[in-house]
Amino acid sequence: MTELLRIEGLTIVPAAMPERMLVKDVSLTLQPGRTTCVVGESGSGKSLTALAVMQLLSKQLKQISGRVLFQGQDLTTLNHEQMRDIRGKRIGMIFQEPMTSLNPVLTVGYQIGESLTVHLGLKGKALKARVASLLEQVGIPATRADSYPDELSGGQRQRVMIAMSIACEPAMLIADEPTTALDVTVQAQILKLLDELKTRMNMGMLFITHDFGVVADIADDVVVMFRGEIVESGPVAQVLNQPQHPYTKALLACVPDADGKKALQPIDYAWIDGDGVPA
Amino acid sequence: MSDVILSARHLFKTYTQRSGRLGLGSTKIHALDDVSVDLKTGSTLAVVGESGSGKSTLARCLLQLQPLDQGEVLFQGVDLAKLTAAELRQQRRDMQMVFQDPFASLNPRMRIGEIVAEGLLIHGLGNADEREHKVIKMLKRVGLTEADMKKYPHQFSGGQRQRIGIARALVLEPKLVVCDEPVSALDVSIQAQILLLLKELQQEMNLSYLFISHDLRVVRHIADEVAVMHRGKLIEHDTVEALYAAPKQEYTKNLLNAIPGRKGLSVQTA
Ligand SMILES: Nc1ncnc2c1ncn2[C@@H]1O[C@H](COP(=O)(O)OP(=O)(O)OP(=O)(O)O)[C@@H](O)[C@H]1O
Ligand SMILES: Nc1ncnc2c1ncn2[C@@H]1O[C@H](COP(=O)(O)OP(=O)(O)OP(=O)(O)O)[C@@H](O)[C@H]1O
Ligand SMILES: [Mg+2]
Ligand SMILES: [Mg+2]
Repeated sequence: MTELLRIEGLTIVPAAMPERMLVKDVSLTLQPGRTTCVVGESGSGKSLTALAVMQLLSKQLKQISGRVLFQGQDLTTLNHEQMRDIRGKRIGMIFQEPMTSLNPVLTVGYQIGESLTVHLGLKGKALKARVASLLEQVGIPATRADSYPDELSGGQRQRVMIAMSIACEPAMLIADEPTTALDVTVQAQILKLLDELKTRMNMGMLFITHDFGVVADIADDVVVMFRGEIVESGPVAQVLNQPQHPYTKALLACVPDADGKKALQPIDYAWIDGDGVPA
Repeated sequence: MSDVILSARHLFKTYTQRSGRLGLGSTKIHALDDVSVDLKTGSTLAVVGESGSGKSTLARCLLQLQPLDQGEVLFQGVDLAKLTAAELRQQRRDMQMVFQDPFASLNPRMRIGEIVAEGLLIHGLGNADEREHKVIKMLKRVGLTEADMKKYPHQFSGGQRQRIGIARALVLEPKLVVCDEPVSALDVSIQAQILLLLKELQQEMNLSYLFISHDLRVVRHIADEVAVMHRGKLIEHDTVEALYAAPKQEYTKNLLNAIPGRKGLSVQTA
């Protein structure tokens, strides 16, 4: 069993409106040491898929079918305690909105250290040193360990989340738009850090992003989501160079160029819904 | 000077960071270190720079959402710090902000229709019907629907929340909008749609934007001028063409060189 993650037929609906499928029959696999980028429309179900893997869907949502196998174990059958052991230790997650997942009344150093204490039993000086090293790896001075989340900039908070997620060197990292608040120089540093973990620890990564530049730089495979479904997937070169589905083609055509020469042009959905041929 | 809508003169802002177990130690963080900048009426000034360089602090200080240590901000020639609370409230309608963290800035107990209409209500603009009409129209322009009015923030995806923040600011038809990473969570199609909307409104209403972004491809498309911040200082300011063609500062060159996937999107098959 070499497979790290296998999602099979995942379907998610609002509990109050079970006929509306927010995620529809999603299946994908991830191997250790590989990176799968998930791209797609805003609202297409990327974050819900990630949250379902972590068993963190809100009560208002319901997974009505599907299995989530992590290292061969079906996470949907585990109880709270078993899941808590896996979360943070064997699967790390970077959430899309840092402020909603950081606790405002605890210092960021404490929050980074928490999982190290819980899962690895680190305490005292060793804990402090490890927290300091994690902060520095994400480009934040170690003295900022005493800061509260609202004393940090948007990008610094995002990097605190990243430090938390990799603290225990998990086998798998789920990253939901982890670099949206970072300038390109810091982003490059973070992507390099994640790549090191991938090589050194054979970590597998499920990486949600809307930035095709990032996809081109880090992905092994790409999954494209559209209206709750996976409409295309494959090796990165194939999906970016020879997209098959009309939505993927249309989306790639919208990528802004760095020279500002190409006019901005959103997707005209009429032709995706129609005959699938660009107007 | 009627062609400058917003003028900042020698802004300083220092944060004191407590540290150590008892909070006895402290370090000073110079978030704004003598920043001066002008925004021309009807134009877009992008502010770029390293994470933590002071961009959001600048945005909040310009709109008087946070006190400055020193310096003055003139909006349409008026020194904002000298206004009474009531006068400042008057001006606020014309100066709107789109916040960096969309979820934290949306009241979880209010429906989207109420959130977007709130400013109209506070400033007494239009009757209930007119307000609703405006809200629906703006939601549609940012790619949301009339049915979304009845939903709460947690029912939306990250990118949808970001668009709610944009609709809330634009519905007031302000003169100045300070946008802090307004399109960072959007797929490239919605991103293009929002950028085009911002440009369209700019032409319709002679709107001025201060546009904070780390995405230099987006900046290239939206900005007239670009200011680069580094460690609390404004180190370079030029027209977008000049800055992209011939960046002067080392840091700016690094930024432009680090645009991911710049070599184009095609990937070599292994
Ligand atoms: N609690 C909820 N109740 C009802 N609908 C919800 C709820 N949470 C999310 N949704 C809807 O489910 C859909 C998928 O949401 P999801 O957050 O997975 O999108 P996403 O692909 O991550 O988008 P983005 O790129 O904008 O973050 C969206 O249309 C959203 O409005
Ligand atoms: N309330 C605060 N107390 C202490 N330090 C603060 C506070 N708010 C911001 N800072 C610090 O001031 C500096 C500038 O922060 P600011 O939020 O303006 O940066 P930014 O340029 O917007 O960064 P980003 O691109 O990451 O959002 C950062 O080092 C930040 O940690
Ligand atoms: Mg999302
Ligand atoms: Mg900021």
